[in-house]
Amino acid sequence: MIEIDIRLARPGGFALESAFTAPGAGVTALFGRSGAGKTTIIQAVAGVVRPDAGRIAVGGEVFFDAARGIDLPIEARRTGYVFQDARLFPHLLVESNLRYGERRSRAAERPIRFEAVVELLGIGHLLKRRPHTLSGGERQRVAIGRALLAQPRLLLMDEPLAALDEARKAEILPYLERLRDEMGLPILYVSHSIDEVLRLSDMVVALRDGRQVAAGPVAEVMSQPEILPVVGRFDVGTLLECVVSRHDADYALSSLAFAGGELRVPQVDLPVGARVRARVRARDVAIALARPQDVSVSNLLAATVEEVRLQEGPYADVALAVGPGRLASMVTRESVERLGLRPGMPVWAMIKTVAVDSRSPDFGGPATP
Amino acid sequence: MLDFKAMDMLTPEEWTAVYLSLKVAFWATFWSLPFAVLMAWVLARVRFPGKGLLDGLVYLPLVLPKVVVGYLLLLTLGARGFIGQYLDAWFGIKLIFTTAGATVAAAVVSFPLTVNAIRLALEAVDRGLETAARTLGASRLDVFFSVTLPLMLPGILSGALLAIASALGEFGATITFVSNVEGQTRTIPLAIYSATHMPDGDAMALRLTVVSILLALGALLLANLVDRRIRTLIGRV
Repeated sequence: MIEIDIRLARPGGFALESAFTAPGAGVTALFGRSGAGKTTIIQAVAGVVRPDAGRIAVGGEVFFDAARGIDLPIEARRTGYVFQDARLFPHLLVESNLRYGERRSRAAERPIRFEAVVELLGIGHLLKRRPHTLSGGERQRVAIGRALLAQPRLLLMDEPLAALDEARKAEILPYLERLRDEMGLPILYVSHSIDEVLRLSDMVVALRDGRQVAAGPVAEVMSQPEILPVVGRFDVGTLLECVVSRHDADYALSSLAFAGGELRVPQVDLPVGARVRARVRARDVAIALARPQDVSVSNLLAATVEEVRLQEGPYADVALAVGPGRLASMVTRESVERLGLRPGMPVWAMIKTVAVDSRSPDFGGPATP
Repeated sequence: MLDFKAMDMLTPEEWTAVYLSLKVAFWATFWSLPFAVLMAWVLARVRFPGKGLLDGLVYLPLVLPKVVVGYLLLLTLGARGFIGQYLDAWFGIKLIFTTAGATVAAAVVSFPLTVNAIRLALEAVDRGLETAARTLGASRLDVFFSVTLPLMLPGILSGALLAIASALGEFGATITFVSNVEGQTRTIPLAIYSATHMPDGDAMALRLTVVSILLALGALLLANLVDRRIRTLIGRV
């Protein structure tokens, strides 16, 4: 369990206030735009930044407690910090980089084995190389390995993919998923990418301008209206926890069952019964008053309007109830008026199959239960 | 054969001066280096009141007339100096007219250059790497020896070679502090000075001048080479 409750103010006007409890396993994402205070939080956990007030405890051990005057030095906290820029030691070989933290851990407390980490991250062929000869993706994998081998209580990852191009990101994401599923270490994961957050995390803490906007399980937080300014108008959507129900090999399509019905999506490379997360952007959900005929859209879901909120400019947010679940839709104010949308109205929600693309990172691997 | 010819190029007296110069320059640098690293670290990393004054004091020998530096050394470390008298009485260390004294003079004069080179190297060390090392369980001292110092190494080595080169050329402080004693304090510059006062000393002065140039140039080239080799090794070209 990770308990965080911190406040700090910096000259220049930046102030941060955040309080949340993260579980002792799985990924908790700190999500927000740059300058929101995400990195400051994990720096405070690592001991690099000292909060003005509050308390930080990990697994029952108090790292910081302003009231009791506790402030463990960085090296005594044993947090595995993975920096955005990797920060490998340029004068050491990859192997010595990996061993740097391991050598400084207690020999009797080394549950994370060198060979296992090298295998997990696929870096066996890099051991005798120097950091400056590695690609960006390789560097980041070595940095993750180095943090793991320091036998940390938790991992702190500061936008580990931000400095990488799309291809390198796609190269590393599977390793992060294996890490999450196999290491049993709690991870605080800083990111401004909604895709990464949805793919990797179980819990999310959303931050904006140093203030905590929302905190909780991913699907729950993502359906809260407070999240809109953090995610951005065009990426707002609904996260559906689904199970693969069948495959249609002829058309390369899959069906995903969720609480409100079934969703046809481009083929997913997972067996029937596997759990997946599907994200449906609000702007990809259209609304019809009667069941549409002769349209290409194959996902037609019977729904009820729950709430209509007119926004600035052309937009309107419509919250739909689909069975027991909810679905967010973004339409124009003009459409709201033309269709006469108001709470309680039965409507049809239309989602294009290709808007939920299994090749985009919108799809998580197996969601952790 | 070649060696004998090389030997013949300088007189025994000149060889003594060359050998003495190298010895003085090496030991002056050797002993001042740890202090220079410490001073560079204090000036680059520690904030305290009066730091500007310390900064000024360290660089003072660079801008003071060397004769003044030598005279100040004489006042403090001389036989009746307020430190010098105890050095002699308690430890039997005599600096006046000795090679040890010449070494001290060379060390004091080259100290600012060494500190400056090391300080620049220290300021170029990415502090993010030091933070990373601490998150991996290293204490501050451990970080210094396992990360900071190795990354400063090119700067320390080139600083040391620079110090040797400048110590080889030390004149004013040496002649004022420990005088011009053959075999004890007469380094190359002092030998050249003596030669120019001798009726037929021109040839000697010229030969030692050539040696001076070769030594200085060699030290600078070596400093450059060492720096580049290490940078290539760690990918910081």
